[in-house]
Amino acid sequence: MVAAELLLNIPFVIIATGALVGVAASLLGAFLILRRSSMLADAISHSIVFGIVVVWLLTGQQSGPVQIAGAALTGVLTVSLIELLARTRLVKNDAAIGLVFPALFSIGVLLLNLYAQDVHIDTHTVLLGEIGFVWLDSVLLGGVEVPQALLSMAVVTLVNLVFVTLLYKELKLMSFDEGLARTLGYMPGVLFYALLTLTSTTAVAAFDAVGAILFVAFVIVPPSAAYLLTDRLWKMILYGSLISIVSSVAGYYLAVLWNVSIGGTMALTTGGFLLLALLFGPRYGLIAQELRRRGQYSANDRRALVVHLYNHEGSAGQEEENSLPALRGHLHWSSGKVERVLDQAQAGSLVAVEGEQLRLTPAGRSLAREILEPWRKTEGTSPA
Amino acid sequence: MPQLLAFLSDYTIQNVMIGAALLGISSGALGVFAVLRQQSLLGDTLSHATLPGVALGFMVSGSRHLGSIMFGALLSGMAAALLVLILTRRSRLKTDAALGIGLSTFFALGVVLLTRIQQSGNAAQGGLDSFLFGQAAAILRSDLWLMGALTLAALVLLGLLWKEFKLITFDPLFARSLGIPVVLLETVLTLLIALAIVIGLQMVGVVLMAAMVVAPAVAARQWSVRLERMVLLSALIGAGGGIVGALLSATGANLATGPLIVLAISAVVAFSLLLAPQRGLLRTALERRRTAAHLRGSRVLVSLQRLSAQHGDRSYRVEQGMLNAYHRQDTGAGLRELERRGLVRRAPHMPEEGTHWELSDRGHDEAERVLQGLDPGNGTANANSSGSNSASSSSGSKGVHGGG
Repeated sequence: MVAAELLLNIPFVIIATGALVGVAASLLGAFLILRRSSMLADAISHSIVFGIVVVWLLTGQQSGPVQIAGAALTGVLTVSLIELLARTRLVKNDAAIGLVFPALFSIGVLLLNLYAQDVHIDTHTVLLGEIGFVWLDSVLLGGVEVPQALLSMAVVTLVNLVFVTLLYKELKLMSFDEGLARTLGYMPGVLFYALLTLTSTTAVAAFDAVGAILFVAFVIVPPSAAYLLTDRLWKMILYGSLISIVSSVAGYYLAVLWNVSIGGTMALTTGGFLLLALLFGPRYGLIAQELRRRGQYSANDRRALVVHLYNHEGSAGQEEENSLPALRGHLHWSSGKVERVLDQAQAGSLVAVEGEQLRLTPAGRSLAREILEPWRKTEGTSPA
Repeated sequence: MPQLLAFLSDYTIQNVMIGAALLGISSGALGVFAVLRQQSLLGDTLSHATLPGVALGFMVSGSRHLGSIMFGALLSGMAAALLVLILTRRSRLKTDAALGIGLSTFFALGVVLLTRIQQSGNAAQGGLDSFLFGQAAAILRSDLWLMGALTLAALVLLGLLWKEFKLITFDPLFARSLGIPVVLLETVLTLLIALAIVIGLQMVGVVLMAAMVVAPAVAARQWSVRLERMVLLSALIGAGGGIVGALLSATGANLATGPLIVLAISAVVAFSLLLAPQRGLLRTALERRRTAAHLRGSRVLVSLQRLSAQHGDRSYRVEQGMLNAYHRQDTGAGLRELERRGLVRRAPHMPEEGTHWELSDRGHDEAERVLQGLDPGNGTANANSSGSNSASSSSGSKGVHGGG
């Protein structure tokens, strides 16, 4: 009965709903990002408003299976319209996206204005959602009160998980080499539509919690942050999901602390993680890039030094060239740079300093030879 | 008429109309560059990303003061553009992801700040909601002066840098080779687009200003291939759609302005895509049908000619059913079209048989012309072997048809 008690715990319900939105969205978002179609998620989550309002006007249902089915249709409608427009070649693809979703979104908002003066799906919820109130609306499941939003998010997350697990290989191939996928008969077009349909159903299930636009953050931002951290697809999905979960927890407590929108802080926290990944990512982070560049600079300086010494070794001008003043005079290095490069070269035991004179060590000499005569490299080192 | 005049001279209505016109002109004119440079979705990101600026402007000024809100919106829009730039240039993320990240994180920040303001219980906060979907009626005469001044500034800058903008839009590489500061100009252009978005924010709202950048430009593109005319037309369409939408909103009860304006301009876009005289879908579809019909007719004509040549009979009669079987489609329409042009005529036939056709003299000439036009080289090379000639040119005509 611990589970039943947990479901009565409001913070838990809110955090769990947020985490499920994030995980369900990250599962799909990873592929959307790799396919460079993130903005379709933006288009879908806007036009979903149209679908929700129309289904609600027709059936009176604000959520549940009918809404999910309607969402799937709206998603397909949006993407088909965009493709149709782009295929006329009168409009570029990006402009087609920018034409279709505002039009559908506008119709949705106007219908709300006309027919939904006093219903809880007002224009505010449309944009922002109200994750703080998800626990209010619950259904009885096996004798336990389960919040509606949590339940539908759990189902949608499960469906997404099954989809991605079963079709992992096909999705991976579609994302990285669509041409090959088509040649092998994996129907990447159909698969992509399935992916977008699931994006729509997830958007609708998440709609009550985070609204139409914040949902975009959950689809795009966590997998993007993960993309900056790893080259492995499964790790990208895993990291994205983890970032979503942590963002939900952190976002909830930040929202309580500042007394602001919970969905907003959750989405904002994912942005924080993206910023962290951008700065501190082990390989693609800005700091790692900068360090790598500096490392390459100094390695290059060391290489220039050994080549200079090697070229003049044993020549008439060795005394003059292979000396400290020559580095300043002939290579135009500043005193600081000379000191730095020599320190590093000595640390790597490439060069020995004897007073003003510089001598190559055997290691330094073989490095210079490797640079100048790379084709001899194997010859010199092979035992034969 | 008198009611209309009274309506148009109403103070609020005038405000709304002037505001809508200003918004349409600025976003229409500058949107052209976003669309041509394939940066339509940058407008989407910029407009969503103005939300935190709107909230901050409100927080700083403590009221719904349009100047500070616009300034804040411009700043946060440009900050988002900078974020997108850093993400695309310095990280491995692609443009689409960078745009989505800028859009959603800035919007989330805006939501957080908005709820913060709502908690503060400031009496003026109600006006802030209008920035989500736009509210024409909330516009004041003093706001118009500000919008007008900004529109004028944007247009003047556009005029001064016209040649440079044109060059970086159509050939940025050439512009760079001329030593034109492309990056700086791109930044100024982005700033101007952000400015256009900020101008319309109060009427159309954060979410839908994206469409105001894209839709008028796309509509104008269908009617003109000259940049000058396109910008002018786009500004006109923007202003027209803006005025229609804003008037509908100001008169109709409780309808948000933004969606109405967007739908008005979307209607112009749909109309333009369908009916534009040169690129319009209707015209291209008609042309395609005409070409297809012409090709089908030519194929039937050539078959008739070949049959008559092989039988050594200039007035060789062919039953229509046989032509249908040969072409694997109904040739009736094609034959009637040829008959109208005087290239074939009906021939007498037994009552129990179907219609028979034969070539007229003009038909023979036309068929020769068609065959020669198909591939002059092919005709002379295979002139001796009539069998292989007919095989190759029949597959050739199939190819043309399939291609058409």
